[in-house]
Amino acid sequence: MDPIHQFNISKLYILGHFAGREIAITNSALFMFAAVFVIIGGMMVATAGRSLVPGRAQAVVETTYEFVAGMVRQASGEAGMQFFPLVFTLFSFILVLNMFGMIPGFFAVTSHIVVTVFLAAIVFLTVVIYGFWHNGLRFLKLFVPSGVPVYILPLIVAIEVMSFLSRPVSHSVRLFANILAGHITLKVFAGFVAMLGGLGLFGWIGALLPLALTVALTALELLVAFLQAYVFAILTCIYLNDTLHPGH
Amino acid sequence: MADRRSPDEEAALSARLKQLGERIHEAGARRQQEAEELREDEAKREDAQSNLAKALRLSSEFVAGVLVGGLIGWAIDHFAGSSPWGLIVFLLLGFGGGTLNAMRAAGLVAKGGAAGKKD
Repeated sequence: MDPIHQFNISKLYILGHFAGREIAITNSALFMFAAVFVIIGGMMVATAGRSLVPGRAQAVVETTYEFVAGMVRQASGEAGMQFFPLVFTLFSFILVLNMFGMIPGFFAVTSHIVVTVFLAAIVFLTVVIYGFWHNGLRFLKLFVPSGVPVYILPLIVAIEVMSFLSRPVSHSVRLFANILAGHITLKVFAGFVAMLGGLGLFGWIGALLPLALTVALTALELLVAFLQAYVFAILTCIYLNDTLHPGH
Repeated sequence: MADRRSPDEEAALSARLKQLGERIHEAGARRQQEAEELREDEAKREDAQSNLAKALRLSSEFVAGVLVGGLIGWAIDHFAGSSPWGLIVFLLLGFGGGTLNAMRAAGLVAKGGAAGKKD
């Protein structure tokens, strides 16, 4: 009945040792592999027919493409399409992992902050490295808004730098916290059903309330699972937009 | 001639023609209205979706700013021995950055330089 137990990492297969540490395939890694397999396999199978009038599976893949492409174009214009592979990969990876987490018995990979921090770090480092490579030192104009009086400029620059540095934190914590909290809430309410159910007839009647809540929460979590992937992807687009147009 | 119609018939025919024209016009207007309603519905649904996404952003943006500010301040104090000034200054800066992030997420402050152009 421990609501945290579902997040335990267990080693499934030990590959070997490196620098005194065990390198193992964990359940987390297994589900990441499974997600990549499902995404790539699904895409390849669905688009294998290449029919002009798409079937169901092909329509899903095409809609996903259009959805992400529209998101990238809206946030960072046509020039942002060079980042489309990155955004699409992140979106589909997080979406499939979140949806995997909603299947009973499956492991919610994105409920571990290590994973989300790494994903956010990819975006952050892409922004910084590509920003300097593409714009040179003009990239620093990102921190200097135009039209600000000189006497408050140092303060504004400090706050802008702070705002920039807090991005990867909020980017990763949001995804991790939402998935973690959602899964714990679900587990706790489902636990109530089992506990009350053990109390006899009155318990059964009482258990109806948490049962209804569990059903409702499952629907909400499905929405959150999609929305978090969407938010992660759209923020990636917004951040990447800075590398293309720093000064404005 | 065979297809010569009496004035009465002529009048009835033109009345029917007029009626038909009106009906076509009405149907067209109705269809246009339906299409517009459909488009509005869709826009509203998309709006609701992006609004929900926005709401999810707000809280974490602010918290992250304060957290990062506090962390940097603490680290500076720890290594430079300037306690407690680093923590105070960077916590305040982090507060500013978090507020800026939250306001940007809410769309109240335009990105970058555009904010300055307004005043």
